Amino acid sequence: MGLLSKKDAALLTDPLADNNPITIQVLGICSALAITAELKASIVMAVSVMFVLGLGNVVISLMRNIIPSKIRIIVQLIVVATLVIIVDLVLKAFQYELSKTLSVFVGLIITNCIIMGRFEAFALGNKPWRSFLDGIGNAVGYGVILIIVGFFRELLGSGTLLGFKVLGDPIEKTGLYAIGYENNGFMLLSPMALIVVGIIIWIQRSKNKALIEEN
Amino acid sequence: MEHIELFFKSIFIDNMVFATFLGMCSYLAVSKKVSTAVGLGAAVIFVLAVTVPLNWLLDQYILQPGALKWLGAEYADYDLSFLSFIMFIATIATMVQLVEIIVEKFSPSLYNSLGIFLPLIAVNCAILGGSLFMQSREIASLGLSLTYGVGSGIGWFLAILAIAAIREKIRYSSVPPALRGLGITFIITGLMAIGFMSFGGMLTGGDEEKKESPKVEAKVEKKEIKEAKEIVAENTIINE
Repeated sequence: MGLLSKKDAALLTDPLADNNPITIQVLGICSALAITAELKASIVMAVSVMFVLGLGNVVISLMRNIIPSKIRIIVQLIVVATLVIIVDLVLKAFQYELSKTLSVFVGLIITNCIIMGRFEAFALGNKPWRSFLDGIGNAVGYGVILIIVGFFRELLGSGTLLGFKVLGDPIEKTGLYAIGYENNGFMLLSPMALIVVGIIIWIQRSKNKALIEEN
Repeated sequence: MEHIELFFKSIFIDNMVFATFLGMCSYLAVSKKVSTAVGLGAAVIFVLAVTVPLNWLLDQYILQPGALKWLGAEYADYDLSFLSFIMFIATIATMVQLVEIIVEKFSPSLYNSLGIFLPLIAVNCAILGGSLFMQSREIASLGLSLTYGVGSGIGWFLAILAIAAIREKIRYSSVPPALRGLGITFIITGLMAIGFMSFGGMLTGGDEEKKESPKVEAKVEKKEIKEAKEIVAENTIINE
């Protein structure tokens, strides 16, 4: 780790598991659930959030000494909104179909609590480079959960991954479907996202007892 | 009739929490007690009822392609819709601040019960989501947008009230340790969302469902009904 000191590296790796924004800090749930029916949408969402959070953290951190604390929420919202407009226009230009699928959820990155949460908790009190690492770390932690949920929902729901058939019959009448397997269409419906995240939380907390909440 | 239809549709069928997962952060964070949940829910109804019509006007007269026609024919070509995120969020943040000041001035008692939630609301996705859905669903008139705002707010209120009541009671059950708190809340919300899906065909006669669930088969529907029944049973137990 030539470039990163130990402390800086922790900023990147902590949010991946023990301080995960979704399962532990409970931030940014809305988008995590609504768009995970396909793996591709999850990946695009994760990348968009990474862009907005990484860059936004740097911008806020650079301005941290000149933002009056009374209007900081509006300033933060304007910074995020500007970055999100960039993401939205890029998506519309290069991935039009996908931007239709994501519909309002690209816009909702603005109110994604991860972003405001990290601005408030970290970027306002730290130097740009550390804020950048924190932003990327949290966005990756968010993305990991999104990708896991998207993976299972697409695999079990429509038997594909990124649009390619995975659970198909490679030669006719020999694959999974021939022995009676059916796609679980239920996985494509939105409530299943909640249950999948619930199960992820269950598994994570069973592995790390320190995270268990008092009732 | 149009109003009543949109009203019930936004409460039950397109419920903010169960159908589109908006405002989940505060939904999960503030649902530990019924009394605080009611406060936040009321604040959400209020702010949605103010901001959705306001953003409708903004959308109609400034942001839509050709919306600037009222300024003169030479402005008819402008398309400012790329600005809608920033305009909507600025309106919301300002309105929330304004509402907070006005309520504090004129009704201190309401401010005491509602006030602490108002700043939280500026960053609640349900509020921005309400405006963005209003834009993408092309709500036709100012009155309808008000109905839509109030309806979505009530839907959100119902959802947070229900989960808060369930969470208050679930404290006495023995949930597996690792699921306690957040995990079980997710799963209950999932089950409630499945229950709310059964409202799907209520007003539309079911023709809107196709887009959502092309592959769902009868088997799944049966399961859904069974689970919906379980939730009803669960709720009645809780009510008792």
